[in-house]
Amino acid sequence: MFEELKIKNNVPERKAYQEGNFYTGSTPKPGMNDRIRTLREESVSTPASLSIERALIETAFYKENDGKYAIPVMRALNFLEICEKKSIYIGTNELIVGERGEKPKAVYTFPELTCHSVEDLHVLNTREQQRYVISEEDIDIYRHEVIPYWEGRSQRDRIFNHVPGEWKAAYEAGLFTEFMEQRAPGHTCMDGKIYRKGMLDFKREIEEEIAKLDYCNDPEALDKEDQLHAMAISCDAIIRLAERHAEKAEEMARHEKDPARVEELNRIAEVCRRVPAHAPRNFWEAIQMYWFIHLGVITELNGWDAFNPGHFDQHLVPFYQNDLENGTLTREEAKELLCCFWIKVNNQPAPPKVGITANESGTYNDFTNINIGGVKPDGSDGVNDVSYLMLEVIEELHILQPGNSVHIASVTPNRFLHAAIKVIRQGHGYPSVFNPDVYIQEMLRSGKSLKDAREGGCSGCIEVGTFGKEAYLLTGYLNVPKILEITLFNGVDPVTGKKVGIETGDPRNFTSYDELYHAFHAQLKYIIDLKIKVNHYIDRMYARYFPATFLSVLIDDCIKKGRDYYNGGPRYNTTYIQCTGLGTVTDSLSALKKHVFEVRDIRMDQLLYAISVNFEGEEVLRQRIINHTPFFGNDNDYADEIAVKVYDDMFDLIDNRPNGKPGGKYHLNMLSTTCHNYFGNVMGAMPNGRLAGKAISDGTSPSHGCDTHGPSAVIRSLSKLDQIKSGGTLLNLRFLPSLLRRDEDVAKLGNLIRSYFAQGGHHVQFNIVDTATLIAARDNPEEYKDLLVRMAGYSDYFNDMHENLKQEIIERTENESF
Amino acid sequence: MPFLFDIKRYSINDGPGVRVTVFFKGCPLSCRWCHNPESISFKTEKLYNKSKCIGCGSCVAICPENALTLTKTDGVITDFDKCTLCGKCAEVCPTKAIEMSGRDYSEEEVMTAVLKETNIMDASGGGVTFSGGEPLMYPEALKSLLIRCGREGIHRAVDTSGSVRSAVVEDILDHTDLFLYDLKLMNTQDHRKWVGADNTLILKNLKLISGHDKEYHIRIPLVEGVNTDNENIMETIAFLNGLQRKPTVVGLLPYHNIASKKYEKLGKTYNENGMAEPSKEKIAYIHSVFIENRLNAVIGG
Repeated sequence: MFEELKIKNNVPERKAYQEGNFYTGSTPKPGMNDRIRTLREESVSTPASLSIERALIETAFYKENDGKYAIPVMRALNFLEICEKKSIYIGTNELIVGERGEKPKAVYTFPELTCHSVEDLHVLNTREQQRYVISEEDIDIYRHEVIPYWEGRSQRDRIFNHVPGEWKAAYEAGLFTEFMEQRAPGHTCMDGKIYRKGMLDFKREIEEEIAKLDYCNDPEALDKEDQLHAMAISCDAIIRLAERHAEKAEEMARHEKDPARVEELNRIAEVCRRVPAHAPRNFWEAIQMYWFIHLGVITELNGWDAFNPGHFDQHLVPFYQNDLENGTLTREEAKELLCCFWIKVNNQPAPPKVGITANESGTYNDFTNINIGGVKPDGSDGVNDVSYLMLEVIEELHILQPGNSVHIASVTPNRFLHAAIKVIRQGHGYPSVFNPDVYIQEMLRSGKSLKDAREGGCSGCIEVGTFGKEAYLLTGYLNVPKILEITLFNGVDPVTGKKVGIETGDPRNFTSYDELYHAFHAQLKYIIDLKIKVNHYIDRMYARYFPATFLSVLIDDCIKKGRDYYNGGPRYNTTYIQCTGLGTVTDSLSALKKHVFEVRDIRMDQLLYAISVNFEGEEVLRQRIINHTPFFGNDNDYADEIAVKVYDDMFDLIDNRPNGKPGGKYHLNMLSTTCHNYFGNVMGAMPNGRLAGKAISDGTSPSHGCDTHGPSAVIRSLSKLDQIKSGGTLLNLRFLPSLLRRDEDVAKLGNLIRSYFAQGGHHVQFNIVDTATLIAARDNPEEYKDLLVRMAGYSDYFNDMHENLKQEIIERTENESF
Repeated sequence: MPFLFDIKRYSINDGPGVRVTVFFKGCPLSCRWCHNPESISFKTEKLYNKSKCIGCGSCVAICPENALTLTKTDGVITDFDKCTLCGKCAEVCPTKAIEMSGRDYSEEEVMTAVLKETNIMDASGGGVTFSGGEPLMYPEALKSLLIRCGREGIHRAVDTSGSVRSAVVEDILDHTDLFLYDLKLMNTQDHRKWVGADNTLILKNLKLISGHDKEYHIRIPLVEGVNTDNENIMETIAFLNGLQRKPTVVGLLPYHNIASKKYEKLGKTYNENGMAEPSKEKIAYIHSVFIENRLNAVIGG
């Protein structure tokens, strides 16, 4: 037993059934009726594929028209062309209609932003995880029609041709990622205006603004005219897209034999002739209205986080109540329409990512996040009948997308919280849980009005913004532990031997912890500055060359300002940098502080040697660190104070810096998606005992397996961070199913959530799956195809994840009954 | 001073709400199925977890008594004739394969740990539970902690076997909000056989508590082969229904064989002879009998 100085993976041996696991591996409840069951099955079983349709339409259009129009007008006409020419799909038995591609799960490419090479397409078609099917024939067409035109012209090519060498070195070392190199900035949500106004109303507003332009005195008047003109064209484009669906439905109705389906198809046609040209009049039209808007946004560009309906339950409830009162809708029909919508979102996998961006965000999930519950703009309880309907839909459909979250303010009733926890305990990883009382304060702190803040919420993973009024762009993740790593090697990346930071001194000469921390702080500042410099450049590239003229119609006050979404048009313009690995950096600093500078039982050179050899032959040292160092997440002030210091310093270095847009500011964010895994891959061993290549900690969660004092200690540690200073923190907790077996346990988890939120927590999410099930799923993927687990900020299929991510989920500390 | 072996947070099975459970070390009983074998001895004990041990020999090197030997098959072996329980081996053990269980805590230390959970105790209607071992074996330390918690407005539960002097129970009655009272076997001979002591005091003290206005819950471990027979169940029910005030809750706790690992760590062997996990049907049946007899029985809790 002593041959190998290695600790066995101490995963407790336990059988799933003994734990009363709620996840059984059996077929989940597949939907409320035949229609939903069929649509769901089709959505789940269809593989993601690449559609080259958009690229072909766009390329032909650009070849013919480039240079004829002002850039915003060109973009809008391109969008119109796509809406005019793209194929229209109405599936058997669908009620809500519209697909981005030719069929469900078909994803467009956006060669103007990233022109995939033939090799990229082959990789996408054959890679094991997040595969996108594409035929050889299509690849060949792409090779001849698309690539020759866009190669060297794409946004990605231009960005990488421009960026300075030191940025490239830091980027390649994995000190940060870059969000905008393949996908456009999006990161925003819809508010309630599209349920009161149709596209024709927006067009009228645009025309009024054009009429007001002062060409004599306003030097920007011409730019504004181009922008506004482009926005008006975009309104026409989406109306045209809807009309084409109406035409298709009418055509199908003529050939349909089943009279019930004929009636449905005629209804679909009626709805598509009404919305989005006009405001919706009923529940069905309201959902279809949002869906066309959503399709428009994700077809115009491939913006991050797809698009979000925001407080969808609050937007839909007036229609729901009205229709119920009129007798034109039943509860079951409303639920069926919601199911149809849910499946529509699931039919849209994220646009394919390659390279580093694929590593940082390796998932089909495109981060549409439905906010449920929360507060109304007047601060009162926003939970309504549709909120409960949505919880039912989530529980019954059990699909990857859309992501969903419940918003639990102090005003939110326990009945709703407990209903949500009963969905959470099914173990699908959703809904996640947010705290409006805190995120509203976050928004007030960063300058939003109270009303706008209350209409805001979370989109994507955990980032906050005011819905329908703000561009809140995520620009990339910062690998904070790696910054400490290069500090320990005086600015050199020990993995590659390349110099990627600045020289802050040989740590072997440091005589105090403060000296070490000072050096770390200097590296942190250098890297953040580097990141921001290039952010500004990319930001301007989008403003100039790829204005989002359709999205601009939807976000206040782009019309009023006559400016694009990317060019300071929104009422609020926020830029986030997402700092990852707080747990890992805290624990590493804690180990250095205690063992090297205070107890002095380990010398700096000894520790540097140990991490440089990945603790090989140094297992005793590693175990001493792991078991005898205060780590973050245990309500231990020694470690928690370090976390607070790092958090506050990142805040000071990022917060409130100008982002190049009028009034726009940088703010701190703490999400990680799957990036903590990519970041771990590019790192050597760390002083906290983490081995080379292993994931760093996610979001603001403790390092995996290092929180050993139960969930209430974790939340106490997290609540020491002044979370209101951020634009979002992220906490993952893994619970054994046995901890949620009884109804009173549901109430107690509710208390835990309330307690965390009362202490200033922003977000928490749960994985309710036991270790034995996860191991079984890893070893027998075929039997656990539908096992959804919570990643950082979203749910994903366990077996769609990279091996190391699976391992990470298994290693997360499971909270057992104490 | 309280002599404890653990303080656990987010404790959800020891009374209402979310609680902090304070575990006293030392128990007058020695139930064969005990899940916390380290709670029985009144002394500090050394725990050794072989699966955590990486065989580095740090403990062997530091031991001032030369009481430790590193072996290929059994890991580190302690010669308890030489060992003085000084704990130096646990201090240097890099993996915490060796740990010392049981030490004196200052009252302040306990209160600090308890007060860390204030927020969730308040949010959940929880509190603190003094458990063990047998907390009533430390009457002064316990009473003082109960009074302190009372001043802080914290709900106080005492989890007791009842096998203590009645004067001790009387002395803390005023400072306790809830008793969690274990009731294992009604037959005195059987009780002696399985639990290692008479049940006379236990029954007497239960009568004493039921004669006051303090809330109490009864907790009955259900061990097949020991106490799940009809006779014992009916006698238990008759006794509870004969008390001056009935318990608000009767928690039926089905026995699980999960503690053998802990016995191993203590260097003891777990003797499961004659005991088994009750079947689901049996548990449901016993539960229904309690309910039929107007006792508020729940499974678990």
